[in-house]
Amino acid sequence: MRMEKGGRLIGLVMQTVVVGGIIYLGYLLFHNTQANLEARNIASGFGFFSVEAGFPISNALLPYSPADTYGYAFFIGTLNTLYVAFFGIIATTFIGIFIGVARVSTNWLIAKLAEIYVETLRNIPLLLILFFTYGVVLAGLPGPRSSLNPFSGFFINNRGLYLPKPLFQNDFVFVLLALVFGLIIAFVVSRWSVIYRDKTGIVIPSGWIGLGVIIGLPAVTYFAMSSPLSWEIAVLKGFNFQGGIVFRPEFSALMIGLVLYTAAFIGENVRSGIQSVDVGQLDAAKSFGVSKGTIMRRVVLPQAFRVIIPATTNDYTSLVKNSSLAVAIGYPDMVSVGGTIIGQNDQAIEIIGLWMAVYLAINLIISAIMNWVNSKAQLVER
Amino acid sequence: MKLKGIFIILILGLILVGTQAVATTLEDVKAKGFLTCGISEGVPGFSIPDSSGRWVGFDVDMARAVAAAVLGDGDKVKFVPLASKQKVVAVSSGQVDLTSRTTTWTMKRDAKQGVDFTTIVFYDGQGFMVSKKSGIKSAKQLNGATVCVTAGTTTELNLADFSRANDLKMEAVVFDGKKEAFGAYISGRCDCFTTDLSQLASLRTTVADPNNHIILPEVISKEPLAPLVRHGDNQWKDIVTWVIIGLIEAEENGITSANVMSMKKNSKNPVVQRMLGASGNVGSFIGLDNDWLVRAIKAVGNYGEIYDRNFGPKTKLNIPRGLNKQWKKGGLLYALPIR
Repeated sequence: MRMEKGGRLIGLVMQTVVVGGIIYLGYLLFHNTQANLEARNIASGFGFFSVEAGFPISNALLPYSPADTYGYAFFIGTLNTLYVAFFGIIATTFIGIFIGVARVSTNWLIAKLAEIYVETLRNIPLLLILFFTYGVVLAGLPGPRSSLNPFSGFFINNRGLYLPKPLFQNDFVFVLLALVFGLIIAFVVSRWSVIYRDKTGIVIPSGWIGLGVIIGLPAVTYFAMSSPLSWEIAVLKGFNFQGGIVFRPEFSALMIGLVLYTAAFIGENVRSGIQSVDVGQLDAAKSFGVSKGTIMRRVVLPQAFRVIIPATTNDYTSLVKNSSLAVAIGYPDMVSVGGTIIGQNDQAIEIIGLWMAVYLAINLIISAIMNWVNSKAQLVER
Repeated sequence: MKLKGIFIILILGLILVGTQAVATTLEDVKAKGFLTCGISEGVPGFSIPDSSGRWVGFDVDMARAVAAAVLGDGDKVKFVPLASKQKVVAVSSGQVDLTSRTTTWTMKRDAKQGVDFTTIVFYDGQGFMVSKKSGIKSAKQLNGATVCVTAGTTTELNLADFSRANDLKMEAVVFDGKKEAFGAYISGRCDCFTTDLSQLASLRTTVADPNNHIILPEVISKEPLAPLVRHGDNQWKDIVTWVIIGLIEAEENGITSANVMSMKKNSKNPVVQRMLGASGNVGSFIGLDNDWLVRAIKAVGNYGEIYDRNFGPKTKLNIPRGLNKQWKKGGLLYALPIR
């Protein structure tokens, strides 16, 4: 008894010493850094954020000029990182599911192609994939003067992909209202059809009706309002096309590389999820004469999600972190812009701290959302 | 086990406290037995590995001269290739003893970024390269053009200044590395490429069809390039500064790597006698012996020899001396008195 008490006391003292030691080390590190920075006359703090940046950023989502501040420049970079992360995650999810389903296909060719895709993409470093996609985009496309013009208003050249930009007139708001209205009707119809089916056993094709309403209502309104929408088409002026919506080669190459790479991992998650569903359930469903597609949607995927979601959360966060490789192919993401700020200002500690904070914040949000989705998926179980 | 843990923490703590007492760079370099020098990642003429993997170039020779003066051997240099945005941080953080890397001397870098510039080794200016078939004759015609540029450089800032001052709308595509930026220009991503004129000339030699690329006449900035050292170690700064001044002075007085020994023995010129240590004790002013400059000149030659070896008419680059001529010949090279 006494021994144990003594042991506990020693344990407590030891823990205090260790925690104290860690705090002391942290203090020393901080103090030492501060002292060294002062000794070398290096400024610290975020005061420089309100100073004029002076450097240009291409691919800015919001209006930006070199006369803006360092802080705003960093914000523009962060916005680009978020932009890539958001659309990258959406695109990679679709492709990943497609690859995963193809992987377990009974069609030999499809399954083999999906396997080759996965094994190739996930075994090559992402940086090389990005250099490759960027190289292909640049080398494969003509200059602005000899642009590809697949449809009227669409131009593809090595300066970017130019799409017509919609210009909304005031009356367009009615089209949007019609769309909202259509969505509500479709929702009501689908709810009602379930009740009706349960009561009478008659299946109403509510999906088709909903789709018709969602497309039809806005379309009718659009023509009734005599087309309240026009298009701004890019025009070749001097060196480059001006106007329209532009996707720069750096952005396109980064997106293609990131999405295809991450999709290989997500495809494997989907495959393992699908294969985790007991074969007996498939046989049972088949014996009821349920169609293949319905088995996939109603039996397999809901259960597979439980396996897929946690692993996919990892891949989403990897995608966000990997987007920092953008710097290698000239896309001005947060790391690229922050790197420029370090180069101009040399306050590396502040910028690196901000990088870490932003990535941490993005990934914590993704984790939170995915954990919520996960808990929902778990509830579906039986 | 637990005692061991405490022990480790104590040792770690001691190491951290220990690092606060910084040795001077000179002592540090002598103790290591070699010099670490930051250089660019491969710009022909300035710093690039030759076919045997040995670094050669103008910036490289400056570092070898310092190593020869301090350690007696111009080969005792460990070269660290740095990206543009690292070049100042690498010095201020102590990763390298010296950076000799086409770095422009600016007020902010000198005063606020924890480094000191030594002395100017090359007077450069920023220019533009365009492809010949674009038909552009002047930088003023670049309205609407796309420009490839390297991140974290004065180049990037000058470009923005130039386009604002002349009301030109230019779109900059910014790359981390010079090779990537230049590669993107060559593959047609950009209408023009911008950096210092000497580097434009240098990079042009690396493409398959150098004659299809022209350098526009406008020089849009002053780029005094100077090696830099960590702020606060004045002795080390003096050593690097005066070794380079010595090389410039050696050219002015006709001292070469071939004749330096006989000049030391036979020269009647008191200036030459002093700088080569035949009289006086100038070496001791910077904590070195009297043969400091003799070793440096023997290792790499005087400024003119270094320039000719890397940029001269016999090289592919063939960059005229221009502003980098001796003051007596109408240039800006003006060595300070060694006495």
